[in-house]
Amino acid sequence: MTVNLIGLSRDVYKGLPTTLCAGCGHNSITNHLIKALYEFGVTPHLLAKMSGIGCSSKTPAYFVEQAHGFNGVHGRMPSAATGAKLANRDLLVLGISGDGDTASIGLGQYAHMIRRNVDCVYIVENNGVYGLTKGQFSATADQGSTLKNGTPNEYSTIDICGLAIELGATFVARSFSGDGKQLVPLLQAAFAHRGTSILDIISPCVTFNDHEGSTKSYAYVKDHEVTINAPDFIRPREEITVDYEPGTVQEIALEDGSRVLLRKVDRDYDATSRIDALSLIHETRRDGEFVTGLLYADTGVPDLNEREKLVQKPLKDLKEDELRIPRTEWDALFTT
Amino acid sequence: MQQRVTNDFTIRVATVNGSGSQSSNLVLTNAIFRLGIPVAPKNVFPSNIEGLPTWFDVRISSRGYQCRTRDVDVLVALNPATWRTDIAGVKAGGAVIHEASYPIAGESQRGDVVYYAVPFNELAKANFSDGALRKYLLNMIYVGIVGELLGISEADVEAAIAAQFKRKAKAAATNVEAARIGYTYAREQLTKTDRFTLERITGKTDGLSFMDGNRAAALGCIMGGCTVAAWYPITPSSSLCESFISLADKYRTDSQTGERRVAIVQAEDELAAIGMVLGAGWAGARAMTSTSGPGISLMAEWAGYGYYAEVPAVIFDVQRAGPSTGLPTRTMQGDVSFAYTLSHGDTKHIVLLPATVQEAYTMAMDAFDLADRFQTPIFVLSDLDLGMNPWMTQALPYPRRPFDRGKVLREKDLDKLEKWGRYRDVDKDGVPYRTLPGTNHARAGYFTRGTGHDEEARYSELPDVWQRNLDRLIKKHETARLAVPQPLVEGHGHPLAILAYGTTHHAVTEARDILERLGIETDYMRVRALPFSPDVAAFVARHERVYVVEQNRDGQLYGLLRVELPDHLISRIHSIRHYNGVPIDAHAIVDPLLQAEREPAVVAE
Repeated sequence: MTVNLIGLSRDVYKGLPTTLCAGCGHNSITNHLIKALYEFGVTPHLLAKMSGIGCSSKTPAYFVEQAHGFNGVHGRMPSAATGAKLANRDLLVLGISGDGDTASIGLGQYAHMIRRNVDCVYIVENNGVYGLTKGQFSATADQGSTLKNGTPNEYSTIDICGLAIELGATFVARSFSGDGKQLVPLLQAAFAHRGTSILDIISPCVTFNDHEGSTKSYAYVKDHEVTINAPDFIRPREEITVDYEPGTVQEIALEDGSRVLLRKVDRDYDATSRIDALSLIHETRRDGEFVTGLLYADTGVPDLNEREKLVQKPLKDLKEDELRIPRTEWDALFTT
Repeated sequence: MQQRVTNDFTIRVATVNGSGSQSSNLVLTNAIFRLGIPVAPKNVFPSNIEGLPTWFDVRISSRGYQCRTRDVDVLVALNPATWRTDIAGVKAGGAVIHEASYPIAGESQRGDVVYYAVPFNELAKANFSDGALRKYLLNMIYVGIVGELLGISEADVEAAIAAQFKRKAKAAATNVEAARIGYTYAREQLTKTDRFTLERITGKTDGLSFMDGNRAAALGCIMGGCTVAAWYPITPSSSLCESFISLADKYRTDSQTGERRVAIVQAEDELAAIGMVLGAGWAGARAMTSTSGPGISLMAEWAGYGYYAEVPAVIFDVQRAGPSTGLPTRTMQGDVSFAYTLSHGDTKHIVLLPATVQEAYTMAMDAFDLADRFQTPIFVLSDLDLGMNPWMTQALPYPRRPFDRGKVLREKDLDKLEKWGRYRDVDKDGVPYRTLPGTNHARAGYFTRGTGHDEEARYSELPDVWQRNLDRLIKKHETARLAVPQPLVEGHGHPLAILAYGTTHHAVTEARDILERLGIETDYMRVRALPFSPDVAAFVARHERVYVVEQNRDGQLYGLLRVELPDHLISRIHSIRHYNGVPIDAHAIVDPLLQAEREPAVVAE
């Protein structure tokens, strides 16, 4: 039997059968996620799968069945993820959201999770449409794109990645549900990064948003994707075996000693420049394209737990003698 | 001089918000307390930083009554804007100490009160060159005037100033100087013609000190093992989390490394605050948030999630006057029925109802035990009166028992079990077993969700499964009836009774004494939690008439009683309600109760 670094088979990382539509991009993401979790060697009992409400938010049931899951309320997963990570810093908190859950009802919590740099992986399965309520626009729908019945979206779009960078996010990537080659190493880098890792994954909705007027259909995505870099994930102490031409690779060191190597694809791009990232996002959107790759990384920034100077022991494990005021200091509290 | 009134009267200080009068008011309170006389300060303040009127009542009560009184005996008038109405509020035979420049004419001219005109502004100007400090020191001058007129020694005032400005020796010295100016002026320029005096007594305040309910609750959080707090600032609850922060800085921070055994997050709103608390509670930490009515409104959705997914959480609601923004700096018992059933669908919470500083502390600790034990959000409903006013209190007891972390299965427990189901009612008490994320066992994990689920935490829409789960949840609620703080009863065998909860207690105490003097004896039950203990129905059954007293317009607890009492007892309960934003006083109970007793038909509902 083939096993991963911590001796577990791939089956351990599987979950219940999906209940989403056949052909849904989210199912592909789940499969890439299973691969990434397996290859990374994530410890199942230390994984906390968190989500909000919507099609995307059902997916935590479809991988690593033995891990704890928390399917919360609509748009509020970031706060629950924040609380869970504060309570037990040993957990790998993996949040899965959608474009409605993140960019509409949950926009406030999304923003403040990023500001705090909560150490978690935050995936947006982005299809530009509300699936469970049958096909209304979400706030990531491009201006001018249409619903299945032809109704155009009149309002400006919210760019999950652009917003994240503006808010000070420390790891921002965009990918496509159909591109496992790019997505799996990005996910692994996100697992390794300490701080909020945003992954905006375009994930076409075959039922409500795969038509001609959509800019999130399989056909549109395939025609308009601009890949800015191709990532390779190199774990700590692992040797780099592939030869890269000098000047074609940007290396980003992650906090746990692993690295992500970004092979430059289209043009010279610096994934550590916030300005370059924002320009690229704006330029590609102007041109009706969408850019994928690791758009921005700022490693070594203290996460929430570090800023709060939390003890190494998980807070949940602290006992009476570590938490109560000592008996000897008690009486002094009651003097007028 | 008329007959002397000693140690039983009320001083009202009327000032402008932002003038620093709070320090002077607390010094006065503390100085009187140093004479061994029980005092009950009530701060009636505006929702404003500077400029609006504010009043501070110091009730001096040899019997130790801690509720507000309507009577103002001694007025210190330092706000020209309210001068006329403040004068009108003084009881006949009272005394008025006022800024000399205020006009005494027309409605401010009364023949039944004594006036002491004091040139506060001139005194402050002549003695303090720093213009910015002057307005603060002016207030300390009044303390000296009052001290001299009522008979507080300068030494007691100086000791109170030293206590107030503990770490600021320079400020203390300047304030002592200001108080002395008051003493000197009163001695030299004023002739006492009022009837109010203070005399040192013993045996009434032994072991007591001042504390507000919010700080007591924060101490309960520290001693109850709270490690995650998330909050959004809102009056009147902010000082609960701020007290928690200052206690955590001192007692939860390693003095060498600076590492902290607590996480406190100022959230972006109350939706996030309760979300963080539930996330932390799910992951096994003891977590709390504190808020007031508007925050409770925002927490409704998550509250239902916590109830249905069965996640521990502690929510302090320091109630203020609503609806809407309402009166943010005034008090109310306005969230009782809302909190009890907070969220859509079939939701019912455990609600604790502290009345005293002691209970603000003990019930905070109880709340964390109950949250873990019942795996559900626990609401602690304090109010502005309890939370923000200083109350005399005995030293809080050091906790004797360890935390009750409830039914949590660890690795070794799971090893022994062939199967376990997150929502199975193994013990037939409605309370299931849970595991925490991070438990190193292949069968530890389960999927927590607000959607329909079966005993194994699997998604389910089956009618039987849904109903079975709701039935188990209400069984859990029934189990809680005897686990929550039980009601307290005073008096026995009288046909007439009063039932109240929270800070209304203090007015009931005085009201029962007044009624007794009028020949009407009452029994009294104080409800301390929801769901109701079985004792509540038994108490109603033992009495002919039970007056349910509370501080809201619609009789919220009365309404809950009408729903939960057996039909034949409903006609025995009658509602007395107080809802003007200031804390209830004894007459708000005595007057309607007497009227109802005289004209029973009028109030029969």
